[in-house]
Amino acid sequence: MIEIPALRWGKPYESLEKDTVVHFETGEELAKVSLANPGIIARDMKKASAARAALRQVPTADLLEMVKQAGKLYMEAELPLGDGTQTPDDFVRYQSATTGLPEHMCRSNMEKNRFVLENMAEVLDALTRGLDLAILGRGHGVEERGVPVSYQAQAPVLGLVLPSNSPGVHTLWLPVIPLQVGLVFKPGPQEPWTPFRMTEAFAAAGVPREAISIYPGGPEAGAAVLQNCERSLIFGGLPTVEQYRNDPRVQAHGPGFSKILLGDDCVDDWERYLDIMVLSVLGNSGRGCINCSGIWASRHTEEIAEALAARLADVGPRPATDPESPLAAFTVPGMAKAVDGMLEKQLEAPGVEDVTRRLRDGRPRLEERERCDFLWPTIVHCESTEPEVANAEYMFPFASVVRCPQEKMISEIGYTLVCSAVTADEAFRRDLLDATNIDRLNLGPVPTVQLNWLQPHEGNIIDFLYRARAFQEGSFG
Amino acid sequence: MSSEASQTAPSDSAGPQPSPELRQRIDAASAALDAHVREIVRWHFDPDTGTPFWLDYAKDLDFDPRVEIETFADLARFPLFEDDNLRGGPVRRWVPKAYADKPIYVFETGGTTGTPKSRIAIDDFRIDYEMFSDTLPDDKFPPGCNWLMLGPSGPRRLRLAVEHLCQHRGGICFCVDLDPRWVIKLIKKGWNEHLEAYKKHVIDQAITILRAGHDVQAVFATPKLLESLCLALEEEGTTLAEMGIKGIFSGGTEFTPQWTRFAVEELLDGVYMTPTYGNTLMGLAASKPVTAEDGYKITYYAPQPRAVLQVVDPDDHTRVVGYGETGRVKLTTLTREFFVPGFLERDEAERELPYEKYPWDGVSGVRPFSRFAATTTVGVY
Repeated sequence: MIEIPALRWGKPYESLEKDTVVHFETGEELAKVSLANPGIIARDMKKASAARAALRQVPTADLLEMVKQAGKLYMEAELPLGDGTQTPDDFVRYQSATTGLPEHMCRSNMEKNRFVLENMAEVLDALTRGLDLAILGRGHGVEERGVPVSYQAQAPVLGLVLPSNSPGVHTLWLPVIPLQVGLVFKPGPQEPWTPFRMTEAFAAAGVPREAISIYPGGPEAGAAVLQNCERSLIFGGLPTVEQYRNDPRVQAHGPGFSKILLGDDCVDDWERYLDIMVLSVLGNSGRGCINCSGIWASRHTEEIAEALAARLADVGPRPATDPESPLAAFTVPGMAKAVDGMLEKQLEAPGVEDVTRRLRDGRPRLEERERCDFLWPTIVHCESTEPEVANAEYMFPFASVVRCPQEKMISEIGYTLVCSAVTADEAFRRDLLDATNIDRLNLGPVPTVQLNWLQPHEGNIIDFLYRARAFQEGSFG
Repeated sequence: MSSEASQTAPSDSAGPQPSPELRQRIDAASAALDAHVREIVRWHFDPDTGTPFWLDYAKDLDFDPRVEIETFADLARFPLFEDDNLRGGPVRRWVPKAYADKPIYVFETGGTTGTPKSRIAIDDFRIDYEMFSDTLPDDKFPPGCNWLMLGPSGPRRLRLAVEHLCQHRGGICFCVDLDPRWVIKLIKKGWNEHLEAYKKHVIDQAITILRAGHDVQAVFATPKLLESLCLALEEEGTTLAEMGIKGIFSGGTEFTPQWTRFAVEELLDGVYMTPTYGNTLMGLAASKPVTAEDGYKITYYAPQPRAVLQVVDPDDHTRVVGYGETGRVKLTTLTREFFVPGFLERDEAERELPYEKYPWDGVSGVRPFSRFAATTTVGVY
C-alpha cells in the first residue's frame, strides 16, 4: 500500500490523520492519504504569492514546453507517487478501482488530458484570442495591431475543489500553470490520483514544485481552499452551485442539464439523429455535465423515447477491465439507492413513463452488489415540460424525452450547459444564439459530449484569472 | 476484553496490570466514588432535599434509589437519561428543594433551532473550574495574571466559568463573545462573507485587548478561535508568545491529535496549551500532558467523583468496552446541584487506563459519534 503525503508548496507533509483509499470491488487497501486540517491550508495560503513568483521566473514559452513534456510523462512514464511509484497502467487501475469508472474510460480521460497538455499553445492562443502570453506575465504590452493592453492576475493561485466521481473535469485547470498561476488542490476523496500524478509529471518536466499544493481532506478542507484562495473552481451538485452563484471568487461547476433540441424542420427525420442521442446520453457512462439529460421535440417524442430506450435498456454492467464496459459503478455506499429513490418519486407524476423499465419487463434499474451498485440506463417520456423529471439530471445514463412546442423550448429548458440544436431554421438558430440560458451551443447534429478544446467551457479561465484594465506609461524625458 | 459497568477498577485480566501502588489508588478512588454515589442519590431522592424532577421520576421506578443504589455500578438500574428532559420547563423542577432559596443560574446548550437544553447551576461551575485550576502549572498560568476569554458567552456556562477560574487565580478576565447559534445559521445559509466578517470582528476585538497593555498572560479559546487568532497575529508579524501569553487553556469543541500537532508546531510559538473536554452537563475533564512522542494523543479524565466518563458498547450501553477499544461516551453527573445517571454523549472515543494522577478510566480520541457524524454540525466556533 502506498503512503501519500499532502503537498505543501511542493513539500511532502505526513499528517497524523489519514484516509485509506480502497478498491471498491475487492476491498484492497490501495493507499493511505494524509489529510490536511483547514488551518494548514489557511496558513500556507499566506505564502501563495511565492507560487506565482516561482512560475514567473520561468518564461512562458518554456512553461508551454514543460506542460507539453508533462503530458507525455503523465501518459507514458512511471512517476513517483508518495513513497512508491506509479505506471500509467497502475494509474488507470487505481482510478477505476476507486471511482467505479471502467478502465477504458479512465484511459480515454487520460488521452483528453494529454491532448490538452500537448496542444496547450493552441488552446491558450484560442482562449486569449491570440494574445502574446508574455504580456500576461509582464502585466502589460502592445498587441500585434499596435494596441496597448494590460492584464492583471486576480490571484496568485487557483484553488480547485475536485470531485471524486468525474475524472473528466481535469482539462479545465490544465492551462493554469503556463499562465504563471499556481495550483492548490483539494482532491475528491476517491480520486486523489490525477492531481498527484499530474503534479509529478509537471515537476519531472521542470515546473517549480513550489507552485503546487495538494490538500486531501474532508469538506472542511474544501471550504478552507475556497476561503483562502482569491480564485477557485468547485465541482458539486445544485446546492453547491447555488451557494457560490454570487461569489465572484468562485466558479462553481455543477449539473449541466445538457440537452438536444430537435427543431420542427428536422424532427420528422429523428431516426437520423438517434446515434447522436445514444452517444450523448451514454458516453462516459452519463457521468459528465456535458452528457445529454433531455431530448426535446414538438412531436414524435413517444417514438424517440421508445427507440432510444430500445438501444439502452439492455446496456448493463460489465467488468471494469472490459474494453466495452459501458457503465460506471457507484462506489459510495447508499448513493445509487438514494438516486434511484429520488428518480422513482419523480416518476410518480402524471404524464411520465419510464420506457426502459417497460422494455426490461419491469426489472429494476438499481442493481445492488456486495461492494458497489449500478443504475441501468433509463429513458423517460414526458408528455409536457411540467413534471420535475423533464428537467432532471443524474449521474448515470438518463434522459427525459420531452414534448414541447418549438416556440416554447428556449424559455422552458432553463439553464443548459450544452445545447445541441438540430435545426436549419434560421429564426430558431438566431433565437438560440441569443439565449443567455445556454452556455455551449452546438448548431446541427453534434453530440453534446463532443468538445472542442479551443473553446471556453463554462466561462473562460483566462477571464476568471486575469482582468483587462487600462494602463499608460509616461516618459521622463 | 470488556467488563460489566466497571469504572474505576480495571480488572480485565487480559489488560495491562497496574502497579500495586496504582492499584491501591484505583481501589480508593472506586470506593470514594461508590460513597459519593450513595450520598448524591440520597440527596436528590430525599423528599426534603431532593430535586422535583427526580422525586417525580422515582414514582415510576420499581425500586427505591435511596435504598437500593449502593455503588456506581448500581446506577445501571436507572434507564438511560434522555436529554430531551432538559428541553423546556418549568426549569424549577431541576432545582433541589434544599437550594430553592439560593440564587440560581441557568446554562443552555444547543438551541440553534428549537428549544435548547437547560441546566441549572449554583456553584458547580465554580467548583469544577477551581478543581481544574489545581491542574494548571503556575509557570504557564501565573497566579495574579490577567486572562483573555475568547469564546461563547450568552446563555452558555463558559464565560462565567473561565472568568471565575481567572478570578480564583487572582486575575481579571477580559471577555470577547462569539455567538455560535448565529455562526451555525451563517453556515447553513451559506453566508460565507458574513461568516468571515463575523470571525474577523471577534478576532479583531481579541487582538485589541492583547495590544492594550493589560498584562494578559493566559488565554482561554476554542480551538478554531485560537487558530484564527494565531493566524491573524502571524499576518501582523507577531505571535501569542511575543504578545506575552504564557499559557492557553483550550476546549469547547473537538480536539484532534493532528490539530494539536499543527498548533504546537506552527501556531503557538512555544506557548503551553492544555486541551480540555467539557460540556454543560458534565463540567470539565482535564487532559494528560500531550506530547509529540505520544503522537499528540489526547486523553481526558473526568473530574471524579463529581462526573464519570465511560466508553460503552454503542449497542449495549451497560457494557464498558475493553481498554483501547472504541465505544460511545457515556456520562454520569453526580453533584448535589445536578444528577444525571447515564447519558449517552454524541461522541465516541477509546477507553484509556487510569494513571497516578487520575486513578480512574480516561477517554481518548474523542470525536463525533460516527453513526451521527453525517448529520451533526460540530465545532463551529
